[in-house]
Amino acid sequence: MLTLEGLEIRQDAFVLRADLSLQAGALVAVIGPSGAGKSTLLNVIAGFFAPAQGRVLWQGQDITTLPPAKRPVSMLFQDNNLFPHLTVTKNVGLGIRPDLRLTQEDELRVSDALRRVGLDGYGSRKPGALSGGQQGRVALARVLVQRRPLILLDEPFAALGPALKAEMLDLVADLARETGATVLMVSHDPSDARRIAPLTVLVAEGTALQPQPTGALLDDPPPSLAAYLGN
Amino acid sequence: MAARPVPLARHTAGHWAGWAVATLLVVFVVLPLLAVFWRASGASLPGPADWAAVRFTVLQAVLSAVFSVILAIPVARALARRQFRGRSVLITLMGAPFILPVIVAVLGLLAVFGRSGIFNQALAWIGLPPIQIYGLHGVVLAHVFFNLPLATRILLQGWQSIPAERFRLAASLGCRPRDVFSLLEWPMLRATLPGAIVLIFAICLSSFAVALTLGGGPRATTVELAIYQAFRLDFDLGRAAVLSVLQMGIVLMAAGLALRLSLLDGFGRGMDRIARRWEAEQWPLRILDGFFLLMAALFLLLPLGAVIWRGLSGLDALPVQVWRAASVSLVMALSSTVLTVVMALALAHLALQRRGIEALGLLGIAASPLVIGTGLFLLINPFGDPAHWAFAVTVLVNAMAALPFALRVVAPALRDIERDFGPLADSLGMTGLARLRGLTLPRLRRPLGFSAGLAAALSMGDLGVIALFADPDRATLPLQILRLMGAYRMDAAAGAGLVLLVFSLLLFWLFDRGGRQDADA
Repeated sequence: MLTLEGLEIRQDAFVLRADLSLQAGALVAVIGPSGAGKSTLLNVIAGFFAPAQGRVLWQGQDITTLPPAKRPVSMLFQDNNLFPHLTVTKNVGLGIRPDLRLTQEDELRVSDALRRVGLDGYGSRKPGALSGGQQGRVALARVLVQRRPLILLDEPFAALGPALKAEMLDLVADLARETGATVLMVSHDPSDARRIAPLTVLVAEGTALQPQPTGALLDDPPPSLAAYLGN
Repeated sequence: MAARPVPLARHTAGHWAGWAVATLLVVFVVLPLLAVFWRASGASLPGPADWAAVRFTVLQAVLSAVFSVILAIPVARALARRQFRGRSVLITLMGAPFILPVIVAVLGLLAVFGRSGIFNQALAWIGLPPIQIYGLHGVVLAHVFFNLPLATRILLQGWQSIPAERFRLAASLGCRPRDVFSLLEWPMLRATLPGAIVLIFAICLSSFAVALTLGGGPRATTVELAIYQAFRLDFDLGRAAVLSVLQMGIVLMAAGLALRLSLLDGFGRGMDRIARRWEAEQWPLRILDGFFLLMAALFLLLPLGAVIWRGLSGLDALPVQVWRAASVSLVMALSSTVLTVVMALALAHLALQRRGIEALGLLGIAASPLVIGTGLFLLINPFGDPAHWAFAVTVLVNAMAALPFALRVVAPALRDIERDFGPLADSLGMTGLARLRGLTLPRLRRPLGFSAGLAAALSMGDLGVIALFADPDRATLPLQILRLMGAYRMDAAAGAGLVLLVFSLLLFWLFDRGGRQDADA
């Protein structure tokens, strides 16, 4: 279970409070107006930004002060999820060993992961030679080999077209089901949330609310969300 | 989206290297300066000859800066508004004097403008008296040769900072060339010229090798040259120290002036963009631009061509010392290249968190090589023969001289890398060596290659501090050329000059090329 306990995030005049918990294995969307602090919330959980107050707990353990790599977290950013100078195999291999000293067994795990995301045989290419969707798949393959129980997605597929994005989200949902990982996914598109996330955390007016069923929330949105959705 | 989050604690390990280099730099600048002050305080006050050197230093620097920049205006304008074959070659050529050894350029200028040079032959042919290259105008001529290209590149950047749409608007309003000048070009020039002039003024203040070869005598001696003469001719360390203090004062004044005017980046990117200039599409202006470009190209290419031409015939007259000197220079250049790159990497990492560190890199320039050299000489002299330290001192001083340029390309590149890929590397736990090998070095390849090329070429052609510490048995190639010139063995000097030219350009090309290869976008 991921617990945000009395969390208060401050950045100049900006304040965001969060007091909520997610069941392990849940697939949760994070929705809210631009500038509400969705990305910032993920960055605090991932360890890139320190909260002013409160704690981040994973399975009851305090991880608030751990460096990013020591947390049980895999994160995909909006962009720059791959190193352009490294091959696909090495990019995925970084999820196993950050110094890239891969054993034969490690390489096998990498090619298994690539096969799982549908990129069998692409290992020796560099990201520049791949399409946007394929690049997303490589990043997901790395998330697979990292075997971290908590996956944070900060709109990594926002630049893809609608069909491709839907395909990637389905892949994320499949992978999460297989591995039992908890997924927290920022999105500005409500249809993303409806598609794969049964629960949604609404971030608006300085607060991140306890997760609620996605369908009900979107069908009958509170005023702050309604204004953002435009209905 | 919320503002960019600040990292909790971005890999603070490895900072000891940056601090170590920073400390080393400060120590190696401050200690020699202290030594200089200490020695100078016991010496007599500056005499009339010293003040004459100060006056000449400032005068030649002012003239060099003004001529370089004024002549650069029509050349930069022509480059900014004309598309022609060889344009990019010409722009690349404008960068070449930066890595061209001073002594080679001097050989070339002598071949063109010297007593029996091409220029004087042409003058004699039309019945005019010959010109004299030694003295003030020779020094200024050489400085213009080196700095006209720099000024042109700075001004060209200025021209390209004017949005193409403005020229379109001017054309639609029916502006004539004169109107475009006063509406668009003059405001840009007014903002750009002072910075360019001060930059070149500051560069010329520390002129040593040019003054050594083309100046000299009581009427054409720079302070740097006077320091050298106090050393080598009179072995008057007290006077060298007093002159060093004077030189520091001059340089600090120029630095203060330069800081007031925000200086432009001389390196420049994206010079291929040409704004269409409707008002300039007429034959008289085309011919005028062509004339200026041709003159600039001739001015830069003729001396180089002359070095190659005369060098080729001098190659078989090369004494064996030249090859020995070449190998000494090569080892020195490679050593100071390694040192420069390591220092730049360490300081760039430190500069990620402390921006001010980048200014530290300027120390090597602010304190001129001969002043530092004097100080180091004073420090070493009581304990041993400074000539034994020539190698280490030269490598260090050369590395310090190349450092600001290296830092200026490496530090911003590293900042970009950390901005784009730092979070990913953090989340994957790439720290220390793993981060250096997996992220930093591969992505810094290009700027590191370029920096290494600069450092190698600069060090290869350096004729500064080595002249103070010269060890008769282990001369560098530039020093060897100087000796051949002093012995009036001009053929051999030209041959050695060609060797030096080839080595310098080749080193730059190899390193720069190595950085470009297989570099992924």
